[in-house]
Amino acid sequence: MSQKNRLLTGGRIDRSKTLKFSYNGRQYQGYQGDTLASALLANGVDIVARSFKYSRPRGIVAAGAEEPNAVLQIGSTPATQVPNVRATQQELYNGLVCGATNGWPSVESDIMGLFGKIGGSMMPPGFYYKTFMFPQSMWETYEKYIRKAAGLGYAPTERDPDIYDKMNQHCDLMVVGAGPAGLAAALTAARSGARVILADEQAEFGGHLLSSREKIDGKPAMAWVDAVVEELGSYPNVTLLRRATVNGYHDQNFLTVHQQLTDHLGDRAPAGQARSRLHRVRAHWVVLATGAHERPLVFGNNDVPGCMIASAVATYINRYGVVPGSKLVLMTTNDGAYQTALDWADAGREVVAVVDTRAKADGDLVAAVRKRGIKVMSGSAVIEVQGKKRVSGVTVATIDARGERVSSNAHTLLECDTVASSGGWSPVVHLSCHTGSRPVWRDDIIGFVPGKTVQKQLVAGGVNGTYSLGKVLAEGFAAGQQAVQNLGLNSAKCKQPAVREIREGAPMALFHVPHTKPTSRAPKQFVDLQNDVTAAGIELAAREGFEAIEHVKRYTAMGFGTDQGKLGNINGMAIAAKARGKSIPETGTTVFRPNYTPITFGALAGRDAGALFDPKRYTAMHKWHVEHGAEFEDVGQWKRPWYYPKAGESMQQALNRECRAAREGVAILDATTLGKVDIQGKDAREFLGRVYSNAWAKLDVGKCRYGLMCHEDGMVFDDGVTSCLGENHFLMTTTTGGAAGVLEWLELYHQTEWPELEVYFTSVTDHWATMTLSGPNSRKLLEELVEGVDLSNDNFKFMDWREGKVAGVPARIFRISFTGELSFEVNVQANYGQYVWEKLFEQGAKYDLTPYGTETMHILRAEKGFIIVGQDTDGSMNPYDLGMSWCVGAKKPFSFIGKRGLLREDNLGKNRKQLVGLKTRDPKVVLPEGAQAVADPKQPVPMTLLGHISSSYWSETLGRSIALGFIRGGHERMGETVYYPMADGRVIEAEICSPIFFDPKGERQNV
Amino acid sequence: MLHIYCPHCGEYREEEEFHCKGQAHIPRPLDPDNCSDEEWGNYMYFRHNPKGLHHEIWYHSTGCQKFFNITRDTVTYEIKEVYKMGEQPSVAAKG
Repeated sequence: MSQKNRLLTGGRIDRSKTLKFSYNGRQYQGYQGDTLASALLANGVDIVARSFKYSRPRGIVAAGAEEPNAVLQIGSTPATQVPNVRATQQELYNGLVCGATNGWPSVESDIMGLFGKIGGSMMPPGFYYKTFMFPQSMWETYEKYIRKAAGLGYAPTERDPDIYDKMNQHCDLMVVGAGPAGLAAALTAARSGARVILADEQAEFGGHLLSSREKIDGKPAMAWVDAVVEELGSYPNVTLLRRATVNGYHDQNFLTVHQQLTDHLGDRAPAGQARSRLHRVRAHWVVLATGAHERPLVFGNNDVPGCMIASAVATYINRYGVVPGSKLVLMTTNDGAYQTALDWADAGREVVAVVDTRAKADGDLVAAVRKRGIKVMSGSAVIEVQGKKRVSGVTVATIDARGERVSSNAHTLLECDTVASSGGWSPVVHLSCHTGSRPVWRDDIIGFVPGKTVQKQLVAGGVNGTYSLGKVLAEGFAAGQQAVQNLGLNSAKCKQPAVREIREGAPMALFHVPHTKPTSRAPKQFVDLQNDVTAAGIELAAREGFEAIEHVKRYTAMGFGTDQGKLGNINGMAIAAKARGKSIPETGTTVFRPNYTPITFGALAGRDAGALFDPKRYTAMHKWHVEHGAEFEDVGQWKRPWYYPKAGESMQQALNRECRAAREGVAILDATTLGKVDIQGKDAREFLGRVYSNAWAKLDVGKCRYGLMCHEDGMVFDDGVTSCLGENHFLMTTTTGGAAGVLEWLELYHQTEWPELEVYFTSVTDHWATMTLSGPNSRKLLEELVEGVDLSNDNFKFMDWREGKVAGVPARIFRISFTGELSFEVNVQANYGQYVWEKLFEQGAKYDLTPYGTETMHILRAEKGFIIVGQDTDGSMNPYDLGMSWCVGAKKPFSFIGKRGLLREDNLGKNRKQLVGLKTRDPKVVLPEGAQAVADPKQPVPMTLLGHISSSYWSETLGRSIALGFIRGGHERMGETVYYPMADGRVIEAEICSPIFFDPKGERQNV
Repeated sequence: MLHIYCPHCGEYREEEEFHCKGQAHIPRPLDPDNCSDEEWGNYMYFRHNPKGLHHEIWYHSTGCQKFFNITRDTVTYEIKEVYKMGEQPSVAAKG
């Protein structure tokens, strides 16, 4: 197949390696070394997108990260789709499948374009806000269609099969950008022995030298680059990262570098290879050598395919051997762009004219162009482009010296198919902005450069507004030396290579080319091609009162595309400034946020996906639970048995069976996950008294006590049983989910408020396996396995603990109960857990020992009215609300945490929501948790809510439903009726009762 | 991501190992029971929100589990100094 725009020689492509690819379902060919963009241009593909708002045809404009139009969907399978890939940065590979993301039925003939043409003038900035405002409820419907029309690409619909890596890196010096400045800086630092990382977004190092015909030391520039790269590669202290975009520059020299490892090989990584690697780099010093982007000029119909930036045209010719047209008109405000005319002419194609907006131009390159006999039209500008799907000609007019108006009615029409424009260069200040540094305007270079920073950051080359090769190299070497010196190393000698200085005339500050008509009536002059923002739109925003540049940006959507306005922003700010009669520095600039270019979620997630997303914690008996068919519940990171269904049992049937076993026989719970904190020190007891709401002064060795913890505001935040192991030694238990938070809270108060107390905290949650035997037969069973402990009720009372052996294993046994039954909690060293658990089952077979899970535990404790912190409480309940005034030691000498908070007026109010029990009128109906109580279900909406249901279950023991919940002033409202209106229109009637539904005197646990 | 020097470990570590516990130098009143509601309210809820220097408590949660203080610029995120509990800052924030 023909590549009609491909030159026979030249460029850094390998013509012997043909690569096939498909674009919008059609087959094309390119060569090894092509980008997708250069291959499309070689094949004469003009249209790569339809525009965001007006659906106008768009072509490739640039050759790098700044490309606004050629943003394609890549991938050959539903699982490997990647949206928003810039064709200019995608290396071509054999079999690449891509397509435009918008345009219906296709980008070449798009129906929305008709609306754009008809409605174009009726779609000013804010169009969507103004038009689709009412009714508000319809916005989500509108948005769907707006998004579809905008063409933002689509996500993969199947699971991503690839793996993604992350790597932490440390270095003395991180050099961002491997153009001449970056290479010089890296070389200096490398020779000086510094640990250097050099990263560049391209496949090859060299930056703009890859497409330059300049000479260094009398040889092609790339010869110098090759020598430097070879030398850098020989140093063990240097890491070279290719295809690695430094996407974010964060606080204290932390940089995120997105390195694409296999995207140049295919849309799936080869087996066993990671598709990309996210380097997380911490650098002592950073040299930003990120270069500059050329600014296009803003003129009428400047979006017609064939309008490109001048340097991109040169890049396609010199680097890829592609001339993207036949007849060129070049418009420029500066000398540099004249090189493009020379390159085009040398490629053997016609330069129709160079249109220079300056009245006078006399630099070396200008002279060279004139010498070639190319027509130069000074003091002129292309004010309008003709053509629809490709440039067919331009209108050139003379303009005044300041570039504000067309100075004569005499227009020249030139026939051409390509318009290259250059309005100068914009330093790539993005990374320096990421750290909060504001860029600073420089009149002499007509651009923003990085401003003051607190980072250990140096800049060199284009990003610093320095563009001539000799000076760029000098700045690179100087930055390298400065970094070496700052690092305290001895700077190695580097000889500056010789570069012939090109004499350049002064550039002109022009952003917006005038038209004979006022901006609002002239053909559309695009500023931001990706978001269809025009000069007229920005002027309108200024007239409508948007003063701050950040507001203009948000109103017009300028710079909001996936290209972050890399091409258009400076032009837009200049136009906004002019519309308001201000200077550019007065108006300022918007800044940039990470990421510099779009990054896939896969790259960000790395290995933290799927099974590795979050750690899982298992108890010592986990294997047994799995083997015995447990269903699991996540509690924090723990996997806890939820219930153990037998074959054919429903969940409720299993729960009923487990509950009966605990109430009538003996059942066992794996309670290992409860948080355990070992507390030692001579002030341990005093400390407990300060952090628990109840008293601890008189707890004897061998005794256990339930404790409640409040924050300073008096609200309950954790609870648990703490046992006195020795005079200065306690074991605290916490809720499963609260363990880490409680330990931190204990440390906080100890380290910041009471460092004088001698007390030490150690988390021992994982050290012990805990199994809770519950039920009337629990003593009988345990007696058969215990050594050294008398389990009789007289010698081992409720809320005692003893040390002994269970199944021959040293154990602590706590006689505490969360079920209300006779209960023993056996703790053994975790690595004996499964053994003891299995011994209990061997011995317990004759008692039909039944395992139960968290759900049965919840039911049994609810029957007893025991709260679960975090389920029944939400941080707004104090001990009194919970009916636990017995657990508040108001007379303790030290003002414990929460005591003063409890005295606040609001905490003393009578009408607080209080914990009560609720019995539905129909005992078969189980209230949904979260249901809201009202006094009168017939009252108008919004109803007055009295409180919510926090726990609700079917109680097999009682043969009816039970619920715990909150009711305003509920403690005084026993026996009253409340109503729970449901979403489906039903109303559930319930009676307020004591939260203790079963064994109110607590006799069963004391037998 | 901040790069934080832990004064207990004697090393720079990544912010991921730490978390911030808010404004530093707010001592718990010695006699809470006799605080007025206003005094207690100030202790509990009122915090500076400065644009500039701020003294903060940080916790080396996945490291040594020690608390310490940082003086940080909330505009530039510069860490001006790090000092242990009970010590006073040498760079003073306003207010």
